[in-house]
Parts: sequence; C-alpha cells; structure tokens
Amino acid sequence: MSNITQAGTRDVEGPLLELVDVKTHFKTHRGLVRAVDGVSFSLDRGKALGIVGESGSGKTILSRSIMGLLPSKGTIREGSIRFEGKEIGNLDRKQMRGIWGREMAMIFQDPMTSLNPLMKIGRQIAEPLRIHLGMDRAGAWQTAERLLQDVRISEASRRLNQYPHELSGGMRQRVMIAIAMACGPTLLFADEPTTALDVTVQAQILDLLNDQREERNMSLILVTHDLGVVAGHTDEIAVMYGGKLVEKAPTKVLFARMKMPYTEALMQSIPKIDDPSHTRLLAIGGRPPDLVHPPLGCRFAPRCLYARDKCQTEEPPLVQAEDPAHSYACWYPVGSAEYHEAKARLAETPVTVGGRG
Amino acid sequence: MAGTGKAHLRNGEALLRVEDLVVQFPVGRTGLVVNAVSGISLDVLKGETLGLVGESGCGKSTTGRAIMQLPRPNSGSVQFEGKELTAMAGDEMREARTRMQMIFQDPVSSLNPRRKVRDIVMEPLTIWDRGTKADRSKLVDRVLEEVGIDPQRASESQPHQFSGGQCQRISIARSLVLDPSLIICDEPVSALDVSVQAQVLNLLEDLKARYGLTMIFIAHDLAVVKNISDRVAVMYLGKICEVARSDDLYHEPAHHYTNVLLQSIPVPDPDVAVQRRAIEGEPPSPVLPPSGCRFHTRCPAAAARCSAEEPQLREIGDGHFVACHYPVHGGEAPVTVRSSGTAA
Repeated sequence: MSNITQAGTRDVEGPLLELVDVKTHFKTHRGLVRAVDGVSFSLDRGKALGIVGESGSGKTILSRSIMGLLPSKGTIREGSIRFEGKEIGNLDRKQMRGIWGREMAMIFQDPMTSLNPLMKIGRQIAEPLRIHLGMDRAGAWQTAERLLQDVRISEASRRLNQYPHELSGGMRQRVMIAIAMACGPTLLFADEPTTALDVTVQAQILDLLNDQREERNMSLILVTHDLGVVAGHTDEIAVMYGGKLVEKAPTKVLFARMKMPYTEALMQSIPKIDDPSHTRLLAIGGRPPDLVHPPLGCRFAPRCLYARDKCQTEEPPLVQAEDPAHSYACWYPVGSAEYHEAKARLAETPVTVGGRG
Repeated sequence: MAGTGKAHLRNGEALLRVEDLVVQFPVGRTGLVVNAVSGISLDVLKGETLGLVGESGCGKSTTGRAIMQLPRPNSGSVQFEGKELTAMAGDEMREARTRMQMIFQDPVSSLNPRRKVRDIVMEPLTIWDRGTKADRSKLVDRVLEEVGIDPQRASESQPHQFSGGQCQRISIARSLVLDPSLIICDEPVSALDVSVQAQVLNLLEDLKARYGLTMIFIAHDLAVVKNISDRVAVMYLGKICEVARSDDLYHEPAHHYTNVLLQSIPVPDPDVAVQRRAIEGEPPSPVLPPSGCRFHTRCPAAAARCSAEEPQLREIGDGHFVACHYPVHGGEAPVTVRSSGTAA
C-alpha cells in the first residue's frame, strides 16, 4: 500500500479499493454500536469479492460505508477508504455523488421496493444516464434499451414502457442490474442480490452478474449470508463476524483450507444436498455477539468449540496463513495442535451444549 | 410436470390423505382465476415427514393451508385421522384443527408483540380449557424447556426481546402444547441465519422423535427439505411432478424440473459451482397455465406430446413416482416411453 500515488491522480497499477482499519459506529440509546470495527482489505480491478457473514456481522454496513450511504447523524466513521488511489472515506454525500453511478453502483436485496413503482422502467434506467453522463432524452432511451438487452430481457423496447409491477421478481432484479450498469461503474456492490428470488432465477441472476463483470472488467463485491452463492461466483472471500474481518482468502483456498473455526462452523451448519436425509446438523450454539458490549477477546470465543482462556481475554490479530493471500484471526486455527487436541476431547464427551446437538 | 393421478397414494392407514385438491382464487372481477393448486393428491403416514418443495407460486403454501381448511379448497377431499375435513363445520372443525398445527415463516410477526411469551404459549390451552391451571402451567414450562426457552424469562418478556431463532422456538412450543398429531411447517427456517437454521432443524427432528409427530415441511430450499423429510413431493405450478423417498429423489431425480432445481442450488464448493449453468425463463402465470405438462415451456426435453397431453404420475422405482412422458431415467435404463405409458 506504500506505492499508492498522490491523491488526485488515477492509480492504474494499485488495487482498485483499499480499506485500512475502517470503523463504523452508531450512537444509540443503548450505547455505541460497533457495527464495523476495524476492517482492512484491498480489492483488485476486475475481481469479485464475496463478503460473507450472519445477520448482524456488519457486512451490509461495511458495503454501505464504502459507498457512503450511511446517515451522517449519529454515525462515527474512522479509518481510510481509498478508491483508485483517492481517499473517499471522508467525503460527504454531495462529493460522493460524483462517484455514485459512474464509479460505484449498488444492487439491493429487494427488487420489489428498490424500484419506483410510479415510474416506467425506461425512465428509471435513463435517469442515471441523463444525470451522470448528461445524455439527452432520446440517447438515454436508446441506451436504456440496449442495457435491457444486455441483462437479457426479451422485448426490451416494449419493457421500457412498462411499470415495475408488470414484471416478475427476477425481471425486476435484472432491471436493477441494468440501472446499476448504466454508467459503467468500475465497482459494483450486490447486497444479497438473490435472497428474495427463487433458486432457478437466483442461478440466472448470478450468472448474469458474472458475465457482465467479465465483459466490462468491473469489480464486484457480493454481500451474502450464503456460502453456496459466493463459492461459484467470486475470486476471493472475506468472512465477517461481529463487525470484524475474521478470515480472507482466495475462494478455492478458503474452501480447501479454512483456518477460522467460525468459517468451519458456518460451513458445517449448512445442510448438504449430498448428505443422506436426517443427517444431524452441526449447529453453532448461542447467538452472534452484542455489538454494544462485544466480548473482550475473540468475538467468536463464546460460541467456539475450541476456545481456550487466551481466546476469552486477548483479541487475535489478522495473521497470514501458508498462502500469502490467506489471512485469518484466530489463536488456535483449524489444523493447529490445540485444535486437534480440543477436537479429540470433544469427541469423547457427548455433545450437550445448546447448539452442538 | 403436470401430473395428476394417484398412483403414489399408499394403501392402508394414512394419517392424512388428500385427493384431487383444487384451490382457485378469483382475479378481481375479471372472471379469471389463479389456479394455485390444480388437483393434488398426497398422503402422509403416521410419524412420517413429507417435504413439499417448489418455487414461489407453485402452490406449496396454499396446499398446506387448504389442508387446514384455511381457506377451504374449491374441490377435493382431505381426510385426517379417518375423518373428512371438507365436510366439517363449526365446532367439529375447530376441534379437528387442534390436532393439526401450523408453524409459519416469519417467527416474529406470528407472535403477538404485546403479550408475554409464556402467555402466548399458554393461550391454546386456556382456550380449550385443558386441565387445571396448575397442569397448564406445568405443561407450558415443560414444553418451553424442551424447545430451549427459559420459562422464567418467557413469563417476563415479550417476543421482541427474543431473537428470530428463539421466536421460532416459541412458535414451535405454542404449536406443541395441544398435543397435535400433524404439524404443518411453512418455510419455518427461511428467515433464519444458517447457524440458527441448523438449531431449529435439529430441534424439529428431536421433537418429532419425542412426540411421535407427523410433519408436512414446506420449503423452497431443497437441501433443507432433504435433510428433514422422509418423503418429498416436488411441485410446479399447482401440480405434483415427482414423489419419492428423500434420498432417492436426490440421487436419481426423474423429472426434468427436479433436475433443474437440483442443478440450480448454489453449492458451497468452488469446483462444483463453476461448471453449472442456469436454465432459462421463469415460471409461467398460474392464471393461464400451459397446456399438457405445465413444465413443457421451460423443459429441456420437451417434445410435441408434452404440450398436448398431461402426464400422469406413475411408478418408476420402489416408491418413486414421476409425472413425465420422457423422464430423466426410470430405474435401470433410461426410459423413453414413446408409446403409451405402461408403467405401474
């Protein structure tokens, strides 16, 4: 991160996005909610990063922090967010407007509520073209039609004159993607883009996002709770827990050699289609931490089967694994001597803890 | 899929037997109807868990509700514990409903936000005036403990003070206190995080064993359905495509729609996931469903016959039934039933 160019010039060599110790805290009547609490990572051009975590892990707040989409009132933001070598962490909404659309765009979970129900599809796609790219009405309308074809909506010219309620959920999500793509962003955020859709349509939308990313050499940040969704559609995965990044690795490395017991537990709690019916699931006991009073040491320690005294009191730093691109935050990672010892001990004692069983 | 037919119904004592169930909803005053469920037959044996899977709009939830007679089906028969529910009314119907309970998708909104959790769980007992007050208290405390909720806390707290997973446990407790024989779970874990989902699924398995429950488990997630079900019925646009024992269905899907569904599941394994490609299109409208096999418009193997003639459910393996003219396979060799279907 040292060779980053001076502010203002476009840095073509370095990473597209670089976060250093980003914190987003909210003031509430209960106290300070540490929704994102010191996250650092970088993302290269054209790559797809998956951010995975349970609800309340901070994954959505992190992506909104990068986009600058959080309310200014009651929000405390710290740390550095560099986009194309330029610091954007301290920009206000007005300044961010130059970045939204052309540089960064976002697709939300619910295509039903993110579109304006009173406006024709065509106008909704043409709007960013006119505002951000200064196109005229006719030109924007034409481009909108092409965008609809790009997202594989049939009869694009007729669809432009339809309202959102005339389209199915999958189609509406395609329209959302078309709007996000309109100004050719370099970074696209997709926040649970397929959670509201059926499996067959989900697969179509994920394929579409992937194709568009490759065609446009765009970077993608895919935020989801579903490890299955990120497995086939990302280059790298970042696992979040309790507002922290607890593991990050290239997708294949993560699935082959996960280090963090939380990632492993998350993986094991998913019912696998290849397991015989009535296979006992390995649930994670307990609940995600309260982010007003997070645990002292490792935030996963209270739910971790392999936790020891040190985990309760000392917070593990993010360290590098054998693979230099793989990092994790755990004192006794999967595969360590202590892990195996604890595992052997667990195998002897019958499982009683709330979740494990 | 498209199947009608009752080849898959078993002889003998079924706890629940549904035949030719039809549910239609009018579309405003247009005279058109939404064909939510179009002639479905099902049976569930005592102690069995039947999974109902399909995409949204396939009629799986409507089927679950029509079994409860909420709303009543347009036609068809629902026999529960040997009695015909569609002919029942008034007190008899209310009494019968105590024997079947429902668990819904959104645990938070299915609990009254203003009441104490313990009172919510107690209410069915109070309404039916079961036992003495002390008996009821004891029962409620026991059930709450079984689902992993502290009764003391439940008597002091309201639903919003519990997490989503805990609220689902509370819903489960409420459904258990009347000692039902059938529980219909409508997407009970879809709103929960994976880690919590596993807790609730395990809990349902435990309770099923302890109470000898029979369950209908409705969900869109095939992996979840496979995990919990003994037998699975796949639905598409108001019809049944395929019925089989859970493991058989996933090993050897015979209907092309089942195959497509299985192929669409995102697999948490990067090596498998990248080879797959989604199918085109979305389910057609249930107002004007396609002729013949309702899946023919999206089916990779559709032929002329599929749009003309509706396939009937037929047996292609032990307890494995499919409604398809040209199934993916039917036992040993791939069956290409070009002539009239001769299968059992």
